[in-house]
Amino acid sequence: MKIKVGFAGNPNVGKTTLFNYLTGLRQHVGNWPGKTVEKAEGHLNFDGNRIDIIDLPGNYALSAHSIEEIVSRDFIVDESSDVIVNILDANNLERNLYLTSQLMELGANLVIAINMNKFAKKRGHIVDVEKLSLLLGVPVLEIEANNGSGKEELLKTIEKAKENPIDSSKKLVYGSEIADHLSELQKIIEEDKNLLDVPSSWTAIKLLENDKIIREKVEKSFIKDKIFNEIEKVNKHFHNVFNESSEEVIANYRYAFIDGLLNEAVTRPEVEVPTITEKIDKFVLNRILGLPIFLIIMWLIFQITFAIGTPLQEPFEYLFAFIGELVSGLLGENILSSFIVNGLVNGVGGVLVFIPIIFLMFLMISVLEDSGYLARAAFVMDRIMHKLVGLHGKSFIPMILGFGCGVPGIMATRTMEHERDRILTMLLIPFMSCTARLPIYTLFVAAFFTAYQGEVIFSLYLIGVIVAIIVATILKRVLFKGITSPFVMELPTYKLPSFKGVLIHAWEKTYGFIRKAGTLILAASVIIWILSSFPVGVEYGSHESAIGQIGNFASPIFEPLGFGYWQPTVALIFGVVAKEVVVSTFSSLFGVVEDGSGIGLALQGIFTPLTAFTFLVFILLYIPCFSFLATVKKESNSWKWPVILLGVTVITAYIVSFIVYNVGLLIGFQ
Amino acid sequence: MINKNEFSVIKSLNELKSEEEGTIISYNDSGEVELKRHLLGMGFVKGSKIKLEKIAPLGDPIKIRIKGYSISLRKNEAKNIEIGLK
Repeated sequence: MKIKVGFAGNPNVGKTTLFNYLTGLRQHVGNWPGKTVEKAEGHLNFDGNRIDIIDLPGNYALSAHSIEEIVSRDFIVDESSDVIVNILDANNLERNLYLTSQLMELGANLVIAINMNKFAKKRGHIVDVEKLSLLLGVPVLEIEANNGSGKEELLKTIEKAKENPIDSSKKLVYGSEIADHLSELQKIIEEDKNLLDVPSSWTAIKLLENDKIIREKVEKSFIKDKIFNEIEKVNKHFHNVFNESSEEVIANYRYAFIDGLLNEAVTRPEVEVPTITEKIDKFVLNRILGLPIFLIIMWLIFQITFAIGTPLQEPFEYLFAFIGELVSGLLGENILSSFIVNGLVNGVGGVLVFIPIIFLMFLMISVLEDSGYLARAAFVMDRIMHKLVGLHGKSFIPMILGFGCGVPGIMATRTMEHERDRILTMLLIPFMSCTARLPIYTLFVAAFFTAYQGEVIFSLYLIGVIVAIIVATILKRVLFKGITSPFVMELPTYKLPSFKGVLIHAWEKTYGFIRKAGTLILAASVIIWILSSFPVGVEYGSHESAIGQIGNFASPIFEPLGFGYWQPTVALIFGVVAKEVVVSTFSSLFGVVEDGSGIGLALQGIFTPLTAFTFLVFILLYIPCFSFLATVKKESNSWKWPVILLGVTVITAYIVSFIVYNVGLLIGFQ
Repeated sequence: MINKNEFSVIKSLNELKSEEEGTIISYNDSGEVELKRHLLGMGFVKGSKIKLEKIAPLGDPIKIRIKGYSISLRKNEAKNIEIGLK
């Protein structure tokens, strides 16, 4: 037997932890609202049955509020799932059950799993599971997602639920006042068979809530006038009786229903004991300390990454130099050894050297994500973002993730309610300096700024942030006029990041980087080698080679920026594929093998410190990479935004680099 | 139904001081509908106990405790919510 199960629940209730435990997959578990942005799928075999599990995004409700909510409700409505497991946090049943009430409105075949009972019991929240199950009319059980207790029972309950499905909408009681109106409305809706793909009670409630998507659907019905007239009537009636809009009446009834459940089945403490979270927040959100703490945390992330990561690079450098020498020694000087050494070892090895730094950066960001601090950073920074650029504290989370990699940053924008905020944030993420750019910075600072390595790299991050703010201010006035969206965000309880979880997450990101080196960067390196070696007879990597000619042709564009030579030009052209390719290009052209400083010396022949810095600024700001553009296309559903992104980043890069170069000249740098 | 006379002071949510606690008496309709629907779902219904936990370092937004969890909100978004204090 095959069973298709959806996992639904509020953000941060342990859905993904349970999902990973059951399926053996390693979805990342973060601690900020909106971690699971796409639904993840996995399966397991139990009792000879194949159970397919779909982990839905965390939702508070099933309205059309954000893409995530729409994804979840579409899954429950459209896809033929057998069972929906609704995971609840025992510490916060009241709000968690609000989603449950809406799952019941949809008539989902529910199994309720209450998680985090241990912690809740310690705080005096005690749930009478049997009673709750009796009241809700669906199975309820206790689990502990992080150690898998209750897993057997859950799977057995899922099997039973598959065999004896329950229409949970029948079990929901919202009080006679509203029930009469709903059944009246349901009768009308049921006249049109096309509307009956979902329970009529759900359609009725959503119409009263003025749900955009359901309204559009009903607009197509032949009885739409009759339906909308009835709704108008009910709206007026509610207004007269309760002096409230229908939405409010319905929310009140849902919470009244929940209140009833809790009073009967849950014991709660008289007074809430302050948890460790409140104590930490006293400092972290403190009037005076809040902002400095934020800055110190960001500064620490970079310090730790570089202080530990840089020395760790050396063994990798030796390793690749050794391989290069070995190959040259074995094969002698010929076209094959040139291909292996220049093309493969230098091109790919030049990038792989940066594994330690990239791993550490992702590690730091994972710790930040899992701890629960990211939401606080958004909280502390919202005022600045809002006042200065009309953006949102929530844009802050994607942007910080962008320091690791922009692609998960784009995915994180899904938590934002307004499409325009989302797009604007996507356009700004490229200015957050991602890990793929680090290899380039490190290469250049080693060659030009030995005394100020940390300061130069930090200044690039800072320039990225400042440019993002300026670009946002401009775009907000040109493309995204006049919207401010609310800043409603749950501040989750702090969690100690699990050592294993953080390591796995950082390793998987780093592995993605290595895979990229083995595929995309390898391919680019081969192409660069071919273009550097041909036409036949030219000196490898000289300006007469094909690559040299391409570079020479395009280099005048960069003349005003001070680096109008063919080598940086081709590096920038190929760097559009992925930023690491800039390093591969230089490594292929100049070789890292001869001795460690070979490439640095060669760079010093082309760049001055000033033009080197200008070049880095350009690298920081121009087109992020292919995968970024592709993700923007996918997430914005149009070619318009990747094209605009391309324009915005290139123009910004050119203007800012031009300013940096000329101001530098004026001050007297060379 | 909530009886306003039970409360000694009535303020809007954005006027609460740090650590001040009260009960939601009304949520008026003049603000954004979408926001109101969302907040209702998050537990901002009449009769809910509510506490202002913290004001952000720069004076906005605010951290609120409601229905056993914490949530942030800008003052401007909180002003349509009326709170009764004992």
